[in-house]
Amino acid sequence: MFGKLLVANRGEIAVRIIRAAKELDLRTVAVFSDADKDSFAVRFADEAVRIGPAPASKSYLNIDAIIAAARQTGAGAIHPGYGFLAENPLFAEAVADAGLVFVGPTPETIRSMGDKAAAREAARAAGVPIMPGSQGKIADLAHALAIARHMGYPVMLKASAGGGGRGIRVAADEAGLAHHFHVARTEAAAAFGSGELYLERFLSRVRHIEVQVLGDGNRVVHCFERECSLQRRRQKVWEEAPSPAIDATTRQALCADAVRLAERVRYRGAGTVEFLYDDNTREFFFMEMNTRIQVEHPVTEMVTGVDLVRATIMIAQGQPLALRQADVEMHGAAIEVRINAEDPEKDFRPSPGRVAALALPAGPGVRVDTMLYPGYVVPPYYDSLLAKIIVHAETRDLALARLRRALEEFEIDGVVTNVLLHKRLAQLSEVRAAQFDTGFLERLLAA
Amino acid sequence: MAQHQVLSPLPGIFYRRPAPEQPPYKQDGDRVAEGDVIGLIEVMKQFTEVHADASGKIVRFLVDNEAPVEPEQPLLLIETS
Repeated sequence: MFGKLLVANRGEIAVRIIRAAKELDLRTVAVFSDADKDSFAVRFADEAVRIGPAPASKSYLNIDAIIAAARQTGAGAIHPGYGFLAENPLFAEAVADAGLVFVGPTPETIRSMGDKAAAREAARAAGVPIMPGSQGKIADLAHALAIARHMGYPVMLKASAGGGGRGIRVAADEAGLAHHFHVARTEAAAAFGSGELYLERFLSRVRHIEVQVLGDGNRVVHCFERECSLQRRRQKVWEEAPSPAIDATTRQALCADAVRLAERVRYRGAGTVEFLYDDNTREFFFMEMNTRIQVEHPVTEMVTGVDLVRATIMIAQGQPLALRQADVEMHGAAIEVRINAEDPEKDFRPSPGRVAALALPAGPGVRVDTMLYPGYVVPPYYDSLLAKIIVHAETRDLALARLRRALEEFEIDGVVTNVLLHKRLAQLSEVRAAQFDTGFLERLLAA
Repeated sequence: MAQHQVLSPLPGIFYRRPAPEQPPYKQDGDRVAEGDVIGLIEVMKQFTEVHADASGKIVRFLVDNEAPVEPEQPLLLIETS
């Protein structure tokens, strides 16, 4: 048992974790770079420790500095949030070696799911449908061409060490595969430290549907699915639960598969099993597993009433999962939109700066997760996520109406945001009819 | 000798190399032509190329690799004649 939790992150997720920890009567420690010394997390935590200069490589990615901060403050556990060190097995190991509790899965789980070819094999072994493709890694170009000839084009070359939409190239034919193969290998080696590639069939019109799981190392429950098909550059901008595209039978199969994979790796903590779903064939395929809390976790919290972040901390405290599968019910519909500091009128150019005025939406069924306050300076060094506006209502139509109302209430001066894009999406007939796939938003923006 | 300062167009982190294991775009003493890429600035995880806005010889870089920069901050000095 630990009485003090260090949050090894920044921005809205640091605030979210501190909130959960305070509700569990834990003492909290924020860590910060020079760029974040005036952040809300720093003000809100019981203690705060500087861990380095602004660049993340010297602060939020600095394992030694973070562990030193935990030692200095007597924190007994470290919550990594998402991004930064959350899926770095070396960090999880270093935390354990320092005699501290890592709020998340074991280093072995992080490592096996982080290797995307190994994760694919784990899914296959658990009987979870995977996209037709290579069994494990590709030896050379001849091997890749042989597999592609067998399964048909187009194909997707993926970096084993990639993930989160990075390290992917699509080849339409043999010439394209030959062209992309060497570049992809070099790129993967440079970006991820490993040139290992694997191959999958490429489906052009698919939905992104993911299942939230919670495990205590022995038992796993799911908290149903989220649909995150509205993406730009493979980054999600709008997420909802439940998926408007699947029926009860598909939902049951999808969630059961996610639980089976998580059980197989004796999953501990909150995790997400991501799938691609084909409307035409009603098939779904395993894509990857994220071994951390997700940005879009609030939509699940809204429809199930399960506090996922609190659950991650309680599991790390060694408590067995209190939830039984039958206890987890889904009510109504929830939508989250990501408010980013980027200008949709100028090709989504980043817009850091000082927040002059701020009005956050409120009222029934509205939740805002943010680190913003009037006068806050949005630093240029980190990602552009400023706030998540989450709405919940009895039906998807009512949730959409509530979202339009909430976006109308939202006002911010000093930084440019993508709120106009969300206002447009919330009105759009295709979005209201849930007729979209992972390429929809980019086609809309290009039109 | 006329000297020209190339200013940072954005706030962010300045990189002198296209990738960590690759050599710098330009070194002190190199010739540079208007439009040449002299570095990258990372703003909120997006990378923008910085181009020289004058031709000549690089006297020296005024900012280290991976250093935070502010808009209008001088990045390097070019001897233009």
